[in-house]
Amino acid sequence: MRRVVVVGGGAAAHRLVAGLRAGGFDGSVAVLGAEPRPGYHRVLLGSVVDGTLRGADLALPAPAAEVHAGAIAAELDRDRRVVRTASGDEHPYDVLVLATGARARQPELPGAAPDRVRPLRTLPDATWLAAAAGPVAVLGGGVLGVETAVALRARGLDATLVHPGPGPMDRLLDATAGRLLADRLGQLGVDLALRRRAVGHRPGELLLDDGTAVPAERVVVCAGTAAEVGLAERAGLAVRRGVVVDDELRTGDPRIRALGDCAEHAGVLTGQLDPAWRQADVLAGLLTGADQRYRPGRQMTRLRARGIDLVSLGPAERRADPAAEVVALSDPARGRYATVTVHDERITGGVLLGFPRAIAALTQLHDRGLPLPADRLALLLGGPAPTGTAATGAATTGAAATGTGRVTAPPVLCHCNAVTRDALVAAWRSGARSVAELARTTRATTGCGGCTEEVARLCDRLRDHDGIEEGAA
Amino acid sequence: MPERPRTVATHCPYCALQCGTRLTRERAGVAVRPDADFPVNQGGLCQKGWTAPAVLTAADRLHHPLVRRGGRLRPTDWSGALDVIADGITRVRRSRGADAVAVFGGGGLTNEKAYLLGKFARLALGTSQIDYNGRFCMSAAAAAGGAAFGLDRGLPFPVTDLGAADVVLLAGSNPAETMPPLMRHLGAPDLVVLDPRRTATAERAALHLQPAPGTDLALALGLLHVAVTDGLLDRDYVAARTTGFTEAWQAAAGWWPERVERTTGVPAADQRAAVRMLADAERAYVLTGRGAEQHSKGTDTAAAFINLALALGLPGRVGSGYGCLTGQGNGQGGREHGQKADQLPGYRSIGDPAARAHVSSVWGVAPADLPGPGRSAYELLDALGTEDGPRALLVFGSNPVVSAPRAAHVADRLAALDLLVVADVVPSETAQLADVVLPVTQWAEEDGTTTNLEGRVLRRRRLQPPPGHARSDLEVLHGLATRLGQPGHRYPTTPKEVFEELRRASAGGGADYSGISYERLDAGEALHWPCPDEAHPGTPRLFLDGFAHPDGRARFAAVEHRDAAELPDARYPLIATTGRVLAQYQSGAQTRRVPELVAAAPEPFVEVHPDTARRAGLVEGALARISSARGTALARVRLVGTLRSDTVFLPFHFPGDGRANLLTGDALDPRSRMPEFKVSAVRLEPEVRA
Repeated sequence: MRRVVVVGGGAAAHRLVAGLRAGGFDGSVAVLGAEPRPGYHRVLLGSVVDGTLRGADLALPAPAAEVHAGAIAAELDRDRRVVRTASGDEHPYDVLVLATGARARQPELPGAAPDRVRPLRTLPDATWLAAAAGPVAVLGGGVLGVETAVALRARGLDATLVHPGPGPMDRLLDATAGRLLADRLGQLGVDLALRRRAVGHRPGELLLDDGTAVPAERVVVCAGTAAEVGLAERAGLAVRRGVVVDDELRTGDPRIRALGDCAEHAGVLTGQLDPAWRQADVLAGLLTGADQRYRPGRQMTRLRARGIDLVSLGPAERRADPAAEVVALSDPARGRYATVTVHDERITGGVLLGFPRAIAALTQLHDRGLPLPADRLALLLGGPAPTGTAATGAATTGAAATGTGRVTAPPVLCHCNAVTRDALVAAWRSGARSVAELARTTRATTGCGGCTEEVARLCDRLRDHDGIEEGAA
Repeated sequence: MPERPRTVATHCPYCALQCGTRLTRERAGVAVRPDADFPVNQGGLCQKGWTAPAVLTAADRLHHPLVRRGGRLRPTDWSGALDVIADGITRVRRSRGADAVAVFGGGGLTNEKAYLLGKFARLALGTSQIDYNGRFCMSAAAAAGGAAFGLDRGLPFPVTDLGAADVVLLAGSNPAETMPPLMRHLGAPDLVVLDPRRTATAERAALHLQPAPGTDLALALGLLHVAVTDGLLDRDYVAARTTGFTEAWQAAAGWWPERVERTTGVPAADQRAAVRMLADAERAYVLTGRGAEQHSKGTDTAAAFINLALALGLPGRVGSGYGCLTGQGNGQGGREHGQKADQLPGYRSIGDPAARAHVSSVWGVAPADLPGPGRSAYELLDALGTEDGPRALLVFGSNPVVSAPRAAHVADRLAALDLLVVADVVPSETAQLADVVLPVTQWAEEDGTTTNLEGRVLRRRRLQPPPGHARSDLEVLHGLATRLGQPGHRYPTTPKEVFEELRRASAGGGADYSGISYERLDAGEALHWPCPDEAHPGTPRLFLDGFAHPDGRARFAAVEHRDAAELPDARYPLIATTGRVLAQYQSGAQTRRVPELVAAAPEPFVEVHPDTARRAGLVEGALARISSARGTALARVRLVGTLRSDTVFLPFHFPGDGRANLLTGDALDPRSRMPEFKVSAVRLEPEVRA
C-alpha cells in the first residue's frame, strides 16, 4: 500500500491522516476536499455564529498529505482504482477512504429568497448567519437548532426556534426535561414555536402552519442531515442510509473503506464527531498494521450551549425498561432535572439538566461502564459522598481506625507538625499562654500557618473557660 | 581543626524551598530553629524540617566504608574501599570501554557536588553515562520551560511575589503537604487547584478541578480554548511578546469544553470559571507540579499550561507569571551544573560546540575529550548489566530501588552489575545492594551552596564534623579520580574552591553564576542567577524585558493530548497514582529514620474510595494487594470519600513490599524522558496472610 486517497476534507479525514503518519505510514496520502477551502472544525460553527471565533480560527492543522481543496469526487473507477474529480483530475489509489460526510436537509420553503434561507453546515453558512442584522428563525429544535438559537441570542439577535415536536430535542428528552429546557431557552430570550411547521417565507417573516408569522430576517435550517453517499452508490457499493461498513470500516470492496458521517456501521449512522474520530483512529491503526476493530461507544449527546448544562445518555428506549433501577430528581423551581436508569450498578441511560458536576461525573462513568457510587443522590448533586474520613494522608497521621471507617485518632489541629488539640491543651496547662508560646513548645502554626487562627481561638477559649475545655478535649 | 561556631545559619536539607534555619549545637544534640528573616519560610518550618537533626544521629548512620565480602558488607578503611572501586572501574573499562561505567546523581547534592560529579564522570571516567534522579522530578517542566522561554528556572520570580497575587492556579501540586511553608505565600490569593484528589491544598481552593489521572493535558488545552472563545485572550501581549500562537490554537481548537469534560471529568462550567478567575485577576500565576509533569506526556502538559499563561499575558510581567514548583532540595541547581546526561555546567547543552569549547577550556582539556550525551535516568538504569549497557555504577545521593519507576526491574538491573558503588549517609535500600558503600557527609556537616526553587543561590553551612569516618563527596571524588590517574588539582576538596571553578564554568551560560561568591552570599546578599559579574545584583525576576530567545519572544507550543501509556482494562480496572505525604521525603531514606516522622506516617497506605473498597472486599485499615502488570505492592487501606472511585493513591516513600514504584511502568516522555509515575492500571484485592 503506497497511496491512500481520502475523499472528504473534514475533521475525520484529518484525524485519519494524522493517525496514518503517527503509525509510520510514509506513502503518499491525498485528501480531496469538496469545499474550496482547507479543512476546519465544523463542530465550532456555533462559535462563529455567536461571534467568539472568526472563520479562520476554525482551521484544522494542515494534514501531512497532498490536500486538494475544491476537489469534488465525481466518479469512482474501482477496476482501475482511480477517483475522478468533477474537473477531470484522476487520483489513483491503493486504498480509498470515503469520508464524504453528510449534507444538510433543506425542506422546501415557498417564497424564500436564497439569500434569506440557508442551512448551518459549512463555514460560509455560519458567516452568512453571523452577518444577520435582524431577527432569525431557526427551523428544527434538535441539538443543532437549540445550540444555534442560543448562539444567536449570545450575539444579541432575536431568535425564534420553530419545531414540529412537543418540546425541544424531544427525540432525546422526556416530557419533563423538554419542558424545563423550553423554560431555560425562554429565560435566555429564545422564542419558541412548538408543534409548528414553517410553510413559507416573505421578507422579514416566517409563516407558520397555524397561520401565524414570526419575525425572521433570515431563516436557518437545522433539520438534520443525510449521509453523502452518491459517489459510493454510483460505484455500486452497498448503501442503506449510509455506506455500509464492517468492524474494519470496510465496504464491500476491500480496497475501499468509509468512516464518519457517511458510514453506516451496524445499522447506525452516528452523525457525531467523537465516533468519527474513533473510526479514524481504528482505520489508521488497521492500515498501519494494528489488529483492531471499531466498536461503537456509548451513546451520548451533550448540548454545547453556554448557560445550559444538558446531557442525554444512552438510547432513549432503554430508559423505559421496567426492570431498570431509576434514580430521579426533579427540581423545576431551579430548572434542574435528572433521571438515570441503572442496570447492574451501571448507568444505561439518562437525562441530566442543570447539574453541571453530575453531568461530568456520570458521563465518565457511563462511557467507561463503571459502577455508580452507592450514594446516588450525592452523585447527582455533584458532591462526593461524605464518609467522615479525612481527605488526605496527613490529616489522619498514623490514625488508628476501626473497621467501620470511623477514624478514632484525636483531632489534629496543625497538620504540618502533627500537633493534636490535646497536645495544645496540655501545653497551655504547662504554661504556654499565647500562640507564640504554643508555637514554641508544640511547633503548631509553624508549617503552612493555616491553623494560626484556630490555635488563637483555642487559646482564647482556654483563657476564658479553662476547666470546661478539659471535658471537651 | 578550627573551632566551629555553636550556631550557624543554613537551610533545611529537604525540599526545594530550602527554608532558612539556624542550627545550634546543644548538650542534647543539634537544635533547629526556623529563620524568621528568610523570606521563603518567614519563620515557618514543617515537621520534616523541625526533626531533620535526627538524621544526623540516625542509629544506622554509616561510619565506615563497607565492602562486600562473602556476600556481606563489611567495614573497611577508605584506602581499601577506594582501591576496590578503582580496580573495579579499571577492569570494566578495560574490557568494555569507558561507557561501561556509569554515574547516577541526585537532586539533593549541593551545587559543588553536582558540578564535580559531572566533571568526574566526563574526565576521570570519560563516560557519557551520567544522569540523576532529577530526571524523575523536574525534567518535563524544564524541557517545556526551556523551549517556551529560552531558559528554564523553576520560578522566574521570587516566591514572595506569589503572596500579592489575586489568583494562583496550581496544576498537579499539593504544597500544603509537600512544602507547607509555601502556603504562607498562598493564603491571600484565590487558589484554583487541579488535582485528581481532594488534597489538603484542594481543600483550601476557591475552585478545585478534579481531572481523571492522565488527562491534565486535555484540561490545559481546554482552558486555552476557553480563554479564546470566552474572549479572554490577551491579544496585545500575544502579538507583542510571543510567537506560535496560531499553531498552538489549532491544537487547542479541537478541545472545546464539553469534549474536555468528557475526557477529563471536569465540568465545562468549572473550566470556564477557572479561566475567568485567572483572566479577571490583575495579578495571576500558573504553577505546575509533579502531578501534571510526571507523565509520558509531561513536557507537552507543562507546555500546554505555559500556553495558557501566555494566552492570558502572564509570563514576563511583574506580579504574574508561570512557574514550576521544583521538588528536591537542590533540584534547581542540580540540573544546571552537569550531572544531567545532556548538559554541561551553566545549563549548557553538551551537544553545543561553543559550550563544549568553553567548559573544556575551564577544565584544561580538549573539547574532543568530552563525551557526548548519554542515556536518561530510567534508560540508564534499564540498561545496567545488559550487553551494551554499563557494568559498573556509582550512585551519589539517590535511592533508585525505591524512587525509580518499575522498581523491581531496576533492582534486578542493579543486581546484574559487576560493580555497584553507593555513597550515602545511611544504608539506603540501594546501598544495601551495593558492592561498596561510602559514608558521606550530610547537610549540617558540610559547606556548599544550593539553588532553591526561585533560582536563589543559598549557602549551606557546616555546624559540626561528620561522625566516624564519613567524608565529603568531594573528597570521595578526589580520591577516586587520583586513583584513576587524574591530576589531583582537577578535583578540589573544599567546596569554595569547587564553587570558584563552577563560577568560571558557568560564565556565559544560561545559569550564569560567575558573579556569585561565598563572600557575597555570606554578606547576606540575595542572589538569583543569572548573575554575570560581581557588580551584578542578580536576577530575581526573569524575562521582564524579553524572553531568552534571540528575538525576545516566548514560544507557544503546538501540543495535542494523548492517552496515558496504559489505560484501565478488565484485568486492571483502576488507576493508581503516586505521590507524597507531609511527614516523609522522597524515598524516605532520611525521614524513615526519624521517630517523630515514622509516628506520623508509619507505613505504606493506599487511599481508596469507600465504594471501590467495598467492591474489592476491603475495609478501612485492611491490608490490600495493589497489582499492576509490573508487580504487586502491599499497603493499608484508607477510605477517602472525596477520591474518584476509579483512582487509588499510594505514597512512594516506603521500601520493600510497600513500594508504590513496584506498580509503575517504563513509559517515558519522548522529549524529557520523564517516566509515567502518575498513571498505572491496577487492581485491588485483600491481602490474605497465613
